[in-house]
Amino acid sequence: MTALELAKQLKTQFGEQISEPAEFRGETTVEAADGERMTEICGFAKEKLGFDYLVDISSVDEYGEDPRFTVIYHLYGYSHRCYLRLKTRVSEEKGELPTVTGVWRTANWHEREIYDMMGLRFRGHPDLRRILMWEGYPYFPLRKDFPLAGKPSDVPEIAFSEAAPMAGGPFVTIAGGADAVSREPRVRIPETDALETNARLERRKDIRPAHGAGHGPGPIEPKK
Amino acid sequence: MAETQEYSFKDSTALAAEGTRSLAGPASPDEDLPDLQGEKMHLNMGPSHPATHGVLRIVLELDGEIISRAMPEIGYLHRGDEKIAENMTYTQFIPYTDRLDYLSPLANNVAYALAVEKLLGIDKQLPPRCQFIRVICAELARISSHLLGLGSFAMDVGALTVFLHTFTEREKLHNLFEALTGARFTTSYTRIGGLSRDLPPGWVEQCRKFLHEVVVNIDESETLLSRNRIFVDRTQGIGVISKADAIDFGLSGPVLRGSGVDHDLRKAQPYLVYDQLEFDVPVGTEGDCYDRYLVRIEEMRQSVRMVHQCLDKLPGGPVNVPDGKVVLPPKERVLTRMEELIHHFINVTQGVNAPPGEIYFAHENPKGELGFYLHSKGGGTPHRLKIRSPSFVNLSILPTLLPGLMVSDIVSVLGSFDFVMGECDR
Repeated sequence: MTALELAKQLKTQFGEQISEPAEFRGETTVEAADGERMTEICGFAKEKLGFDYLVDISSVDEYGEDPRFTVIYHLYGYSHRCYLRLKTRVSEEKGELPTVTGVWRTANWHEREIYDMMGLRFRGHPDLRRILMWEGYPYFPLRKDFPLAGKPSDVPEIAFSEAAPMAGGPFVTIAGGADAVSREPRVRIPETDALETNARLERRKDIRPAHGAGHGPGPIEPKK
Repeated sequence: MAETQEYSFKDSTALAAEGTRSLAGPASPDEDLPDLQGEKMHLNMGPSHPATHGVLRIVLELDGEIISRAMPEIGYLHRGDEKIAENMTYTQFIPYTDRLDYLSPLANNVAYALAVEKLLGIDKQLPPRCQFIRVICAELARISSHLLGLGSFAMDVGALTVFLHTFTEREKLHNLFEALTGARFTTSYTRIGGLSRDLPPGWVEQCRKFLHEVVVNIDESETLLSRNRIFVDRTQGIGVISKADAIDFGLSGPVLRGSGVDHDLRKAQPYLVYDQLEFDVPVGTEGDCYDRYLVRIEEMRQSVRMVHQCLDKLPGGPVNVPDGKVVLPPKERVLTRMEELIHHFINVTQGVNAPPGEIYFAHENPKGELGFYLHSKGGGTPHRLKIRSPSFVNLSILPTLLPGLMVSDIVSVLGSFDFVMGECDR
């Protein structure tokens, strides 16, 4: 049994719904015309064609084209050892597909990742939350119109927006001191220390956080 | 293994559940004594916890000592590697693959190079010497990764000695990597269409010496663990994954094989010269933490066997594809000849010219199936590069696997999974 034969069987079952299998570098790809029937198609592929292992789901942003997104399912069968790539297009307005978590439970995190990175929703998903970015992040970073450098976002209460609790205290090394003596807490004199620390904390406002959160330009505003 | 299975293993979960029930008094929860039932406690494990091997955070809901709900939170090490890949040439992305599974960078290098070569259609033209060296790299990386996985697993369940023991061996391995690639961890050894350099003089002998030493070390480590009462008690019957679940959750690597699924990409879809090598694929029977440990031990021995065969068969010849459009030409020719100079210039500024198309290539990494999905629109930059990382997929079973276990069992389960967050979060 080859992947091509399996793809043809899929085409026989779903007719016009499934495109002619395409071959590239020994891999077989079929495209489903209507993403709405994805659950049904995947269910058939698993139950009848033996594709019991969902390797991966990935997504591509074909920016400037319509429909804009492609979702790609990589299937593998332990019994026949064939890979099959199953694709479907999703338009930006719709931005939604039915979930296949009911077919393979491994789809759960893959679909969450696509939701997180591309902003496509999966209808019927048991727990569609962001997975890599944090809850409340307003953008979808893998879209082509999202810049590599990131965008600023207002996330209240995020860490690193104010000095650490013990910063400037007598037991804490001051970052960026001129020499080891001025950095070393044990040699500092507490009376003069406060002045020095305050001066440093003042200067520190200019330092942007080294956090990938994309605070954007501008200094950190100390919390009032 | 037969000896260890003889005595009966009391299921700690069931015991604890019994205890909770007897404490709770009347069987029906609706009756009186509601206070004794207590309320469920939420415990935050990680992201900075020794057993989470990096920055995995698990939000646990506990009923006494028993986990009733577990929600892994990942993404603390998310660096946007897939986005970065879309903005650079194929060759420039090689150093980023070091930082995926940073415990086996050589294996990632090999996997990525093979994926790009598959897209270019030159994977069958690789010189034999290159293929053998790549297999050696991949298998040494497997030994390195498993040594660490084994050591930290043992340490997490209380056997500190093993950790020190395996790290001694890993140190020698890193010396080998340093001699080979110039770096101990961030190796970036492969190039599209070949390798950055050939084996240095004397390396083969050093490697053989190491292989003879490491088998002794593996045997000793196994002596310390396989019949160790504490280790056995903490791993046997804990975190059992059935064969059906393992397949349904798309697990791969030792976690999959520990559950009894005989699937290894090196056998199922042979690439490089794996079809010319003799090796066995160890498979577990129970699917518990102990089986996953046994599978890893045996995989190291098989890797040693494979590297020995590769060193025996290692052919001479070049290590790069003889195509200036793919591999950088030798420097002396670049400086003296026009055509090579042009190739060099195009290669560095624009990258290899990949045809439009899409491929998926997966390599049997130490942690499982590391796959690269490359979507090209032509030119030297991928339109989309998706990394199918084994740690990400393997961890997705945790919300199903952990409930019902005790808090202390998490350590065993995580140790036996041997995941890396750099790869999980990408």
